[in-house]
Amino acid sequence: MYQSIITITLRPSILDVQGKAVEHGIHTLGMTAVNNVRIGKSVQITVDAATEEEAKRITQEACQKLLANSVMEDFTYTVKKI
Amino acid sequence: MSGSKLKFGVVVFPGSNCDHDAYHVAKHVMRQDAEFLWHKNSSLMDCDVIILPGGFSYGDYLRTGAIARFSPIMKEVTAFARNGGMVIGICNGFQILCESGLLPGALLRNRSLTFSCKHIHLRVEHADSRFTNAFTAGDVLSIPIAHGEGNYFADPATVAALEENGQVLFRYSDVFGEVTDESNPNGSINNIAGIMNAGGNVMGMMPHPERACESQLGSKDGKAFFESVINSFIEHNV
Repeated sequence: MYQSIITITLRPSILDVQGKAVEHGIHTLGMTAVNNVRIGKSVQITVDAATEEEAKRITQEACQKLLANSVMEDFTYTVKKI
Repeated sequence: MSGSKLKFGVVVFPGSNCDHDAYHVAKHVMRQDAEFLWHKNSSLMDCDVIILPGGFSYGDYLRTGAIARFSPIMKEVTAFARNGGMVIGICNGFQILCESGLLPGALLRNRSLTFSCKHIHLRVEHADSRFTNAFTAGDVLSIPIAHGEGNYFADPATVAALEENGQVLFRYSDVFGEVTDESNPNGSINNIAGIMNAGGNVMGMMPHPERACESQLGSKDGKAFFESVINSFIEHNV
């Protein structure tokens, strides 16, 4: 059994208005060192797979087919044995 | 089509909330036949036009429209659309059509980050489509919007193709038909409010024409949208 932790964010070319609003909030706190806020989603799944390679393949397919919309989102993931 | 009436099929997903409005307009305002199609149906009941209505199908979980496209009926809707059947997606229906790949692009969060519910102005871009033939190009309509994710986005090549092929049917404008940034309620690229596919049989729009078909509701400007759809069948059958 493997666990995948997937991070989905808007593609860099898309203005992340939520990120901008949060960035403004952070700056209002005086934390001007913080910039380029991007908001995304984290999805955790377990995968029944014999090997890490198979777990990655299944995770990749789940991301491409449903979890992320490639028109507007990018995704990355990590896979670990549990 | 039975007799001289069209049969509109209004798909009902869990969370649809404009299904009755669409049904009412088809049946009682336009005097056509109409049928509700539960999302678990595997038949379109011989409907001539399919409407995916507004609402919050599956609670907008993951992304708007992302889960609804896996409903059993969407297999039938997709096959129907691929065979040239007329499919209309309004608001959440537009989001579902984009998620299912029947229309290009995606709907992002409004740039204001707020849910926007108000009457806006729309400019009709082309009057030679099956969805707009009862309008005149340049007409300015008053139609309500009600959405939080209506910010149309597609990559530059897709947008250029939509513009070049005349697939952009409606654009947000001011009352004079000027397309300005101030009149863009959600940040949509090129003020795009409604598009159709390259085949001209599938269309999606964020504004709600079904909420603007009777004077009691403040505007009848949406009626010509449904007239256009009906006209297109009469022309096809002549």
